[in-house]
Amino acid sequence: MSYLEYTVKSTPTGLRKVFYMNWALTVLLISVAGVGFLMLYSVAGGSFSPWAEPQMKRFALGLAVMMFVAMVPIWFWRNMAVVAYLISIILLISVEFFGIVGMGAQRWIDIGFMRLQPSELMKITLVMLLAAYYDWLPGNKTSRPFWVLVPVVMILFPTFLVLRQPDLGTSILLMTAGGGLMFLAGVHWAYFAAVIAAGVGLVTAVFQSRGTDWQLLQNYQYRRIDTFLDPSSDPLGAGYHITQSKIALGSGGWTGRGFMQGTQSRLNFLPEKHTDFIFTTLAEEFGFVGGFSLLGLYSLIILFCIVTALATKDRFSSLVTLGISINFFLFFAVNMSMVMGLAPVVGVPLPMVSYGGSAMLVLMVAFGLVQSAHIHRPRLGS
Amino acid sequence: MKRPPRDVEGTHRKLSRRALLLGGMQAAFIGGLAMRMRYMQVDQADQFRLLAEENRVNIRLIPPTRGEVFDRNGAILGQNIPLYRIIIVREDAGDVDKVISDLSKLVALDPEEVERARAEMRRSPPFLPVTLAERVTWDDISKVAVNAPALPGITPEVGLTRVYPQGPDFAHVLGYVGPVSDYDLSQIEDPEPVLRIPRFQIGKVGVEAKRERQLRGKAGAKRVEVNATGRVMRELDRREGQQGADLQLSVDAELQEYVQARLGDESASAVVIDCETGDLRAISSAPTFDPNLFVRGISVADYRALTEDKYRPLANKTVQGTYPPGSTFKMITALAALEAGIVGPDDTVYCRGYLEVSSRRFHCWKRGGHGHVDLLNSLKRSCDVYYYDVALKVGIDRISEMARKFGLGVRHDLPMSAVASGLAPNRDWKSRVHGQDWLVGDTANASIGQGYMLASPLQLAVMTARLATGRSVSPRLVKSINGVEQTSGAGETIDVNENNLRKLRRAMFSVSNDRRGTAYGSRIIEDAFRLAGKTGTSQVRNITAAERAAGVIRNADLPWERRDHALFVCFAPYDNPKYAVSVVVEHGGGGSKAAAPVARDIMLQALFGGTPPLEAYPRKDRGRIEAQQERMKRERRPRARTDGKDRA
Repeated sequence: MSYLEYTVKSTPTGLRKVFYMNWALTVLLISVAGVGFLMLYSVAGGSFSPWAEPQMKRFALGLAVMMFVAMVPIWFWRNMAVVAYLISIILLISVEFFGIVGMGAQRWIDIGFMRLQPSELMKITLVMLLAAYYDWLPGNKTSRPFWVLVPVVMILFPTFLVLRQPDLGTSILLMTAGGGLMFLAGVHWAYFAAVIAAGVGLVTAVFQSRGTDWQLLQNYQYRRIDTFLDPSSDPLGAGYHITQSKIALGSGGWTGRGFMQGTQSRLNFLPEKHTDFIFTTLAEEFGFVGGFSLLGLYSLIILFCIVTALATKDRFSSLVTLGISINFFLFFAVNMSMVMGLAPVVGVPLPMVSYGGSAMLVLMVAFGLVQSAHIHRPRLGS
Repeated sequence: MKRPPRDVEGTHRKLSRRALLLGGMQAAFIGGLAMRMRYMQVDQADQFRLLAEENRVNIRLIPPTRGEVFDRNGAILGQNIPLYRIIIVREDAGDVDKVISDLSKLVALDPEEVERARAEMRRSPPFLPVTLAERVTWDDISKVAVNAPALPGITPEVGLTRVYPQGPDFAHVLGYVGPVSDYDLSQIEDPEPVLRIPRFQIGKVGVEAKRERQLRGKAGAKRVEVNATGRVMRELDRREGQQGADLQLSVDAELQEYVQARLGDESASAVVIDCETGDLRAISSAPTFDPNLFVRGISVADYRALTEDKYRPLANKTVQGTYPPGSTFKMITALAALEAGIVGPDDTVYCRGYLEVSSRRFHCWKRGGHGHVDLLNSLKRSCDVYYYDVALKVGIDRISEMARKFGLGVRHDLPMSAVASGLAPNRDWKSRVHGQDWLVGDTANASIGQGYMLASPLQLAVMTARLATGRSVSPRLVKSINGVEQTSGAGETIDVNENNLRKLRRAMFSVSNDRRGTAYGSRIIEDAFRLAGKTGTSQVRNITAAERAAGVIRNADLPWERRDHALFVCFAPYDNPKYAVSVVVEHGGGGSKAAAPVARDIMLQALFGGTPPLEAYPRKDRGRIEAQQERMKRERRPRARTDGKDRA
């Protein structure tokens, strides 16, 4: 059922839409952001500057943006998908030329009032484009090779651009989220099996060839992979972050050292304590109870997204909502795996908590889309 | 754009199925994360908490304050004084070059030191303080303090260093401290961590070195929280260390100062021992040096001047120097003979100027001989032949044993560096060390304190004190530690016949009070303080027969290092011995001329507890003595004396 079919009259209009928002989701988002403010206040040594205050302002802005996006009918966003995608691509290309180098990689573009990270924007616009594509594509064509190739190109082109920055974390996230969306859209599982098999085969080949005549990579590249996969082999270099992060996290215990009592982050043992590694501060100060609660909040957000997606009969709405939930899931899953030493260190922030404007703003836009899908869901009858 | 409803229904069902599948995978992953979190934070929490503590907490040592050293009256000998330093912190200074050049306009900076500081700054993290100038005067420090706003990153700092207010007087007794060297560390098994603190001072020589353990105290520790770069954020707790123990020496600083001045520039040494307690009232070796130079770090030129001086100012001659005791040994030979019952006090020996021993002539110092001499005369006039004669009858072993009883040839345990044990030889020793038989000639030489016989000035003083009291007085240098009195050196009664000792004391009395005694010129007139002593002149060369035939060359005509050593030992008052004194003047010539007057002056100073009245001196010497006293008063350096009594 497409949005053209249901009675537009039955959808709420004007300011009344506010009452039809998914308020539970909104409250969850505010809670998670609140945890972020608390932690940023703590890592600054009990001060709103330099992180907590700007973060709160941005969140306020983000809430406004989310409302605005939510008010706009979802079918408008569907029509905008291609344009949004193209804008993101253009921005990604422009970072190549005008980007600001931050953290050793070129990721930012200055758009006057704030610095924008086009790769963040890309995550959402890619989801929108794929959702729109599968909404448009008749169901029986979904698994045909040509119609599979088109979204693959849609995914790989921005992935390639992001990889060039270089930002391995985001490019993996883009690919995974894109693949996830294709899976949801109903692409035949054999394609995924083939890709997975090919990936496994390639990795095996690369590792098997090591030390033989047909070695596929240079030795220094292998060494880089080694430290990437096992940071503890280089405890003062790449492994330093992860070791310190584990120490801080593990020393939290059941209930933690108490708010503002964390020693590791305050004493700067923790790298990037206010951004990618903020979860360790939470885990150190509030222990397992605190860490598990945040994980619970995140799970509820995912759950609400899935419920919203399944409740709507509109295909675009479902796909966009699920795609956004996949992205959101990937954010915190990768970040937490990283700080717990389960995954290599790739620069992925903790969603809604880590200090950083554009990631949060983009997430708020994304949840605006989810809200819009919820408000403008097809209503039968009347 | 209508689609068949069945198709829509189908795709929607497929979407729901796959969404639930994906949701299930996500839930599984979230469960995995929760498990991992639980494992780290609950199961492994202790381990990680330990690691976190190690990360966070650093232990810093608090160096203990070194114990101070006082003389018996509480005058301070070794003191800790504040040491002013100028330090710079790179990150606070900003433009280091500008700050240093501004500072050098106020305070004279050593370019070498500044260069070293710059090098240190390049190596160390920016927040660590680096010393720019050390041993800065209070004036300079106040200049820096006043101009603090114009000198960012510069702070005056105060530490402690050792100072010896008595300077050279106690150089040999106290020794000195210096920073721990790599060599020092290699000498100590399992060195305390405090020794690794840069510029930590430990005793290098003398009491400072030998009582290092008591003086050093125990280091305290503080636990500080540091951040990842090692900067101290705050102090968590501290365990105070234990301050080093204060030592009180038996030495009387005023007497020591007098003795040092009296010895002057001679290569000489003197020991004043308390006959009752064994307390060393003065123990001086001359020439001396300023130990403060070593604390500050002595220059190569100064050090070379000290090591190349033929008078050996660095050597502590009172305990390290061993000399043939010469005639001062005769009391021991006589006592051995009396105790053996071989010779009576009234038995006489005829001295014709020499004694033939196994076809070799052993000469008396008096060519014409002394004629018939008994014990008293032999000692008074220091006849050598008498002692050759009795020694041959007694034998070396009994003489050697007697010497040991009186503290010769045995090591006295004093907290000073390189305390020598001297030598009281016997048959066994010669065959053991030289692999030769003991000859009668050796006994003859030993009987007058020549040959193999060696004694340090300390041992001679101990010997005299034992002769005076009949008790085995042992020297004591440390009177009390932290106010706890140390065992006295009074000693047990020596098992020799008191009558024999009395005879010897009487003979020693006549040495310095009988008109024909060798030390008559250095007598004390004051009846209550009569002096009993013995002169000694020990040869450092053999006098050949040819030389003797041509007439023995006078000492004054010989080069310094071949002249005789002059010795004198004495005790006073004669009837109630209070102090025993030994004086050795290296290559000083005759004992009666070079050593006895010095010993007498020291004895009087000790007995009167200050400058003695001229009436104590023989009438004809008074004019000369008065001039000498005047001169010494003039030359004595004025010193700042700090009374250490107010310290616990």
